[in-house]
Amino acid sequence: MNETKYWTWHMGAGAILLFLLGSHMLIMHIGGLVHWFSPYGGEAISVKNSLFRDSSLYFAVGYVLLLGIALYHGLCGLRTVLFELTLKPAVERAVTVFLWILGLGLCGLGTWAALAAHRTALLGAGG
Amino acid sequence: MRELKRFDNRIGIWGWLGGGRWGVERYAYILHRLTGLAILFYLLMHIGVTSLRAKGIYLWAEGGFFHQPIFKFGEYLVFAAFAFHALNGLRLLLVELGFAIGKPFEPVYPYKTSLHVQRPLLISVMILTLIFLVLGAFSAQAE
Amino acid sequence: MPEISNKISQINFHITRYNPETDRVPYVKTYQVPARAGMTVLDGLHYIKDNLDSTLAWRYSCRMGICGSCGMLLNGRPGLACNTQILGIADTDLTVAALPNFPIIRDLVPDLWTMLDKHRSIKPYIIRADETELNDPSGEFFQSPEQLEAYLQFSYCIKCGCCMGACPTLATDLHYLGPMPLTAAQRYNSDTRDDGRRQRNSVTGAKDGVFRCHYAGECSRVCPKGVDPAKALQLLKRGLVLDYLHVGHHSEPCKKLQGPGRGQPLEGISPVPDRTV
Repeated sequence: MNETKYWTWHMGAGAILLFLLGSHMLIMHIGGLVHWFSPYGGEAISVKNSLFRDSSLYFAVGYVLLLGIALYHGLCGLRTVLFELTLKPAVERAVTVFLWILGLGLCGLGTWAALAAHRTALLGAGG
Repeated sequence: MRELKRFDNRIGIWGWLGGGRWGVERYAYILHRLTGLAILFYLLMHIGVTSLRAKGIYLWAEGGFFHQPIFKFGEYLVFAAFAFHALNGLRLLLVELGFAIGKPFEPVYPYKTSLHVQRPLLISVMILTLIFLVLGAFSAQAE
Repeated sequence: MPEISNKISQINFHITRYNPETDRVPYVKTYQVPARAGMTVLDGLHYIKDNLDSTLAWRYSCRMGICGSCGMLLNGRPGLACNTQILGIADTDLTVAALPNFPIIRDLVPDLWTMLDKHRSIKPYIIRADETELNDPSGEFFQSPEQLEAYLQFSYCIKCGCCMGACPTLATDLHYLGPMPLTAAQRYNSDTRDDGRRQRNSVTGAKDGVFRCHYAGECSRVCPKGVDPAKALQLLKRGLVLDYLHVGHHSEPCKKLQGPGRGQPLEGISPVPDRTV
């Protein structure tokens, strides 16, 4: 039943990503046409537009959620792909542990960066 | 009874990539895997680069490598991969929870399977992916 | 009555041969077979054995698509040799190989032991709480046509192994249960006479269970009996997820004596003879 648990959470994360990552992709890649959340015009990834999004609490929280859920979904998927290569049980355990460490590490790094950028953007906007 | 030698006949990775004549759903499965791995690989790099903005370094807005056409095209490919992976993932979410595949019925030759029932869903996914690809291309041009 | 052509076409059969006692790896040998409309691949193999090479080995039995013995890879696609027309899939060349994803014993004979072992592991029989009633029944179970239709399609499986040969996951994952055992599990789970779903869940929901399936759909495409294993596996996943989320619909297994007759002999029907076993 363990694999049922993994799969259900994997799919649940995927469903939430449809919205979170979908919005992110639309802002960044369809931004040239619709300029969602890019009020300064030009490229969606210009410094002004990035700072605008970084200063919003919704975006900061959204980025942290996006990061965590995307990492979970992606690394769970990678685990599935690797496990289908008929690995020894010890190797499987090692792969699981490594992916957890990688995922938590990157999640920690990204969360710190998102919150630090949010604080910097707010200070920049205020000062 | 004497143990007879067996020849291991697994077709290996070739089974993932190509081993015979296949249906559309199998190619969708292959593409889903490839796009997923590509997006994951991009994500790992992306986290590294975007985390730099904590130090005030907005690397992607400053020109240089990140504004080269090859990199812009690469980012478009990531968007394309995501468009397919997300829409196909939505289809798989429905199908793997038992929706859109029809109920069991007594099979009568020529056999109609669940693949026929969910085919319109797959075609819609392809068409929507194409629409997003076109939108993405226009948007990249406009920027 | 449509006219069947008597024209004979020379078809090259490229057969993968392997003798464990003399060969290190399988190799391809070509035979020329005169094929007519209506001839199956099995007929072609018999022609080769009778006239060209009597050392060719393969499994077959019923020659009419019901025993499941002659599953092999025909022009890159798993199928039954007895119900595949030569001229239906080949113009000049036909490749015949043993079913992939199984060890080869010899020539076109795959070792199906792992498939049957996996089938055994999902408990392919009716399981009910009352063991004495199961072994020594005192009456019949009632099942409506609608209840029968929920699993009938999956009971048509002839265990030929074609779906196992077509599955992309089985190509690399040795331990994956595969479409055939999992379809059998769903067949019993959706049978109203059965009460063993929880027991099977611990096998089908495990690491090498149904969640290694990603709906490539090849199993359903190659199944010679229209069993649609892909559908069975998705329904099995649905059952497992609903059970995990504790919203699974758990109905009582169907009771005895609820149908017409209620266990009493109907008017005008002679009584059942005494048991001899």
